[in-house]
Amino acid sequence: MSNERPETGAFFQRDRQWQPPAYTPGYKTSVVRSPQKALISLDNTLSEITGPVFGHSMLGALDADLIHNFAKAGESAIGPRIIVHGRVLDERGKGVAGALVEVWQANAGGRYRHKKESYLAPLDPNFGGCGRVITDADGSYCFRTIQPGPYPWPNGVNDWRPAHIHFSVFGHGFAQRLITQMYFEGDPLIWRCPIVATIPDRAAVEGLVAALDMQATIPMDARAYKFDIVLRGRRSTLFENRLEGN
Amino acid sequence: MVQPLNRLKESASQTAGPYVHIGLTPNFCGIEGVYADDLGAAMVNDKTRGERITVRARVIDGTGTPLKDALIEIWQADAAGLYNSPSELRGAADPNFAGWGRLASDMETGLFEFSTIKPGRVPFKDGRLMAPHITFWIVARGINLGLHTRMYFSDEQDANAEDPLLQRVEHKNRVPTLIAPRDGDVYTFDIHLQGEKETIFLDI
Ligand SMILES: [Fe+3]
Repeated sequence: MSNERPETGAFFQRDRQWQPPAYTPGYKTSVVRSPQKALISLDNTLSEITGPVFGHSMLGALDADLIHNFAKAGESAIGPRIIVHGRVLDERGKGVAGALVEVWQANAGGRYRHKKESYLAPLDPNFGGCGRVITDADGSYCFRTIQPGPYPWPNGVNDWRPAHIHFSVFGHGFAQRLITQMYFEGDPLIWRCPIVATIPDRAAVEGLVAALDMQATIPMDARAYKFDIVLRGRRSTLFENRLEGN
Repeated sequence: MVQPLNRLKESASQTAGPYVHIGLTPNFCGIEGVYADDLGAAMVNDKTRGERITVRARVIDGTGTPLKDALIEIWQADAAGLYNSPSELRGAADPNFAGWGRLASDMETGLFEFSTIKPGRVPFKDGRLMAPHITFWIVARGINLGLHTRMYFSDEQDANAEDPLLQRVEHKNRVPTLIAPRDGDVYTFDIHLQGEKETIFLDI
């Protein structure tokens, strides 16, 4: 990373036809939490182009192992064991090195470890539900967990979330900040979910569905899912001093 | 036919949901022993340069109710106006100030209290100085795509008057939604998601 030119370009404009709009009445909570006035557009300044750096040294040994990072010594979380791996890329297709990827999820029964959670499925005493990893030089990351269960939620009287893992991704600039969710190939609940349905474009939804990746499985241990995440790309600053107002 | 551009599309955003704390502030919500500290919880130490301030924020929905399940990240320059980032080419920022903070709102009151320093001025693209400001990113249940805005300082009237972003706001009666009033060391920033007082949000 140190041999590369510092990145100082503005990020590509966000495609707001592709991203979910703020007001999505099928997801009821959005109704009173959605701005109604037009956003003010501003080409990135230093305040958006820059961002903090997270070093690998901040990570603990078990941060990327949700099966064990909350478990008692010698025990492990209950559920189908999986590896989730992939790359953080930008819109140019380049790997984003040093990206902080933080994940959280329900346990195998679909229950979160949270005081506001009331689903009747039991807590797993050995499962906390959080993990984090920092991407390698080519943008790749990997963590180990258990496959979360689907769960019901108060929206319609009988809405169920598909099994999912929440992802928070921190790239190189504050304007790249993104939170999303990973879904699992073949889950019939994906296409019934009002939160998924906030995304207007079917291809954009499919971009959040991780594929079963048999090549990355560990025999007799864990299946694997591959999930790539794309952050906003940056404009090149190569000619910025010469081409006024291009 | 032409050659394909081979650009990728940004991954679609999804709401942070009501349990964002588990992932981003686990110690705050009682999941202890996984990470030593919640990232971004402490922004300053004894050696940080600059004027100590508190930023007291709330995020308020269209019914006037403060959100009790929101999460805010802030990003700001140091006291000299330098960002602690590899993309900052003008100089080295204060090594005792990362410039980044993250908090969940208090689950009873909806209040956020960031202990930080007042940032210096940072240049706009054309070299004019922007007024001191803190960049905000807000996520919560019911917010499908994180919201970007900025907080400016009420005691920086001259700088605010020449700030390139504030100047470009057409409806001047909305500018005060970005300016936090000062009381002692405390700046209060109420972020209104909707309604008469809707905060200016940015597409940046
Ligand atoms: Fe969830």
